Amino acid sequence: MALLDVRDLGVVFKRKGTRPFTAVDGVSFSVEPGQTVGLVGESGSGKSVTSLALMGLLPKRGAEISGSVTFEDTELLTLSDKQLRDRRGRDLGMVFQDPLSSLNPVITIGLQITEVLERHRGMSRKEARVEAAELLDRVGLPDPQRRLDEYPHQHSGGMRQRVLIAIALACRPKLLIADEPTTALDVTIQAQILSLLSDLVSETDTALIMITHDLGIVAGLCDNVNVMYGGRIVERAARHDLFERSRHPYTHGLLQSIPRLNAPRGEPLTPIRGSVSDNIEWEQGCAFAPRCPNATDVCWSEPPELKADDGRMLRCHNPVALGDAVTEGAL
Amino acid sequence: MLRFTVRRLLQAVPTLFVLSILVFAWLRLLPGGPATALLGDKATPERVAAMNAVMGLDDPIVVQYFRFLGRILTGDFGNSLITGDPVMEEVSWAFPATLELSVAAMFLAVLFGIPMGYIAARFRGRFLDNATVVTTLVGVAVPVFFLGFLLKYVFTQEMSLLPPSGRQDVLIDSTRVTGIATLDGLLTGEFDATWDAMLHLILPAVALASIPFAVIVRITRASVLDVQGEDFVRTADSKGLTTQVVRKRHVLRNALLPVSTTIGLQTGLLMSGAVLTEKVFAWGGLGTLLEQAIQQRDYPRLQGLILLFAVVFVLVNLLVDISYAIIDPRVRVR
Repeated sequence: MALLDVRDLGVVFKRKGTRPFTAVDGVSFSVEPGQTVGLVGESGSGKSVTSLALMGLLPKRGAEISGSVTFEDTELLTLSDKQLRDRRGRDLGMVFQDPLSSLNPVITIGLQITEVLERHRGMSRKEARVEAAELLDRVGLPDPQRRLDEYPHQHSGGMRQRVLIAIALACRPKLLIADEPTTALDVTIQAQILSLLSDLVSETDTALIMITHDLGIVAGLCDNVNVMYGGRIVERAARHDLFERSRHPYTHGLLQSIPRLNAPRGEPLTPIRGSVSDNIEWEQGCAFAPRCPNATDVCWSEPPELKADDGRMLRCHNPVALGDAVTEGAL
Repeated sequence: MLRFTVRRLLQAVPTLFVLSILVFAWLRLLPGGPATALLGDKATPERVAAMNAVMGLDDPIVVQYFRFLGRILTGDFGNSLITGDPVMEEVSWAFPATLELSVAAMFLAVLFGIPMGYIAARFRGRFLDNATVVTTLVGVAVPVFFLGFLLKYVFTQEMSLLPPSGRQDVLIDSTRVTGIATLDGLLTGEFDATWDAMLHLILPAVALASIPFAVIVRITRASVLDVQGEDFVRTADSKGLTTQVVRKRHVLRNALLPVSTTIGLQTGLLMSGAVLTEKVFAWGGLGTLLEQAIQQRDYPRLQGLILLFAVVFVLVNLLVDISYAIIDPRVRVR
């Protein structure tokens, strides 16, 4: 049975005086215990909002959530705030994008770790400190005992992200959501943090939802990949299938726009034309149609359904022909 | 922390030094110089010359400055022109009264201002928030003297609950220890005197508190709203901490930083701004001394008062800096 089952999740932001904005629309996917699932898309595709909705971290006023999120037989969306707080941090952990602003600047790193241990694992302050030092050691911070009494500003971005990972994994959650955990870091640090994350989740058999815009991260980490566009999933495939032959023109475009070292010099990059704001409503047709090289009349008039096709789920009227697909070897 | 405090204390020394130069220069820049200022506009040139000689005003300016500095460092601010008493004596008599009033007012402003600002932020956009915003707007807009008379009318005239003015009932024979009436009673065991002094203190303190209270409410509200949207608050929520812990440890503590600055600035303003309130409630403090000194051009006394206000301001700011360092570890290293 799936650890997490997301069915038809929708998030609509409503504010007085503005048109309601649908950020997430009919998103369904599931995560098995210990599995790593990628949620890929560019800014504004709804991937972060999806993760915040799963965690119950969207503002209570202004965000309307529909659908169902089942975590180990519990429907998360109908839990009270207090019940959710009992599970967050214990069963579900989250690592955020910006380690520089995600730690409280005025309290010690030690307290920021121990408070979650005291809350969910019923430890005394003393026991929690011992455990916190062990956690810091596990995420690769040298001299953990001393770090406990230091403040976030005394550490670099990479070290702070390690602290945040230690916090998220402190109670050995069954599911960890990582929302662009390396975007704010240097490239060399990115690789360290990613391998740390994947080591830790495989050691503890934690399931991981990796949210990113970087297909390179997905290629290295995820078992399954969901590609999102305009608030909906447009393609879902096992990692290998996705990179072997991407079928959705959007995924295809993303893969093609990655610069390649073995490409002939002077060959221009192939970007996806237009921007996320150039889309039409999903009710009218395919939101990607204005930017899609394969778009035909039907794309403008009829919304495509998410259908099984070629061993994957695909939401497209005119998928990329099999022969044209980019292969993993080219990456 | 100790090192930070010592360093900030040392940094206050140059500030006070510059201040003493400004006050010194101010008196020399008066039309006709200090001698004319002391003797009045109609003084004959001979008398002015004689005065200059007596006061050493013919000496080089640097010599004069260090003589001035030496005197104020030993607590000699000269004698008041109005009463003939040493300024130091007058000021040390009146200062406790103003201190008592200001501290009481600030205490009220902080005690009610921070919770109200916090509650307004929590109920943002709803009735409680709107009511708070309007109340504080009235708080800043209504002049202190008007509010003072209004309070007197309601609580003295109509309800006969509180005394209208003064610091203590004349019939109470209390012993002066510190000059802070509410404290003296406690120190000497004359509790009736403390009780009476507190009753006298309520109305002026409330009147004086109105503006700092309103400012503190608004700053707290804005600051809490600001901090609530920070990433680290979301992190705290994602850890499943209880709402109380998130609010107290993560939101409020960070939100208090700008509030502590405001409290410092407002306290400084309060000390020098108590003039109107003291007038309305016949509170014999520095305000009364200041008012007389300005009206009657009592330069020595003015000089003493200006220096005192400045020193208080510097000290309050020092306290603010220290409180900042207590709340925010990033300040300590700077």
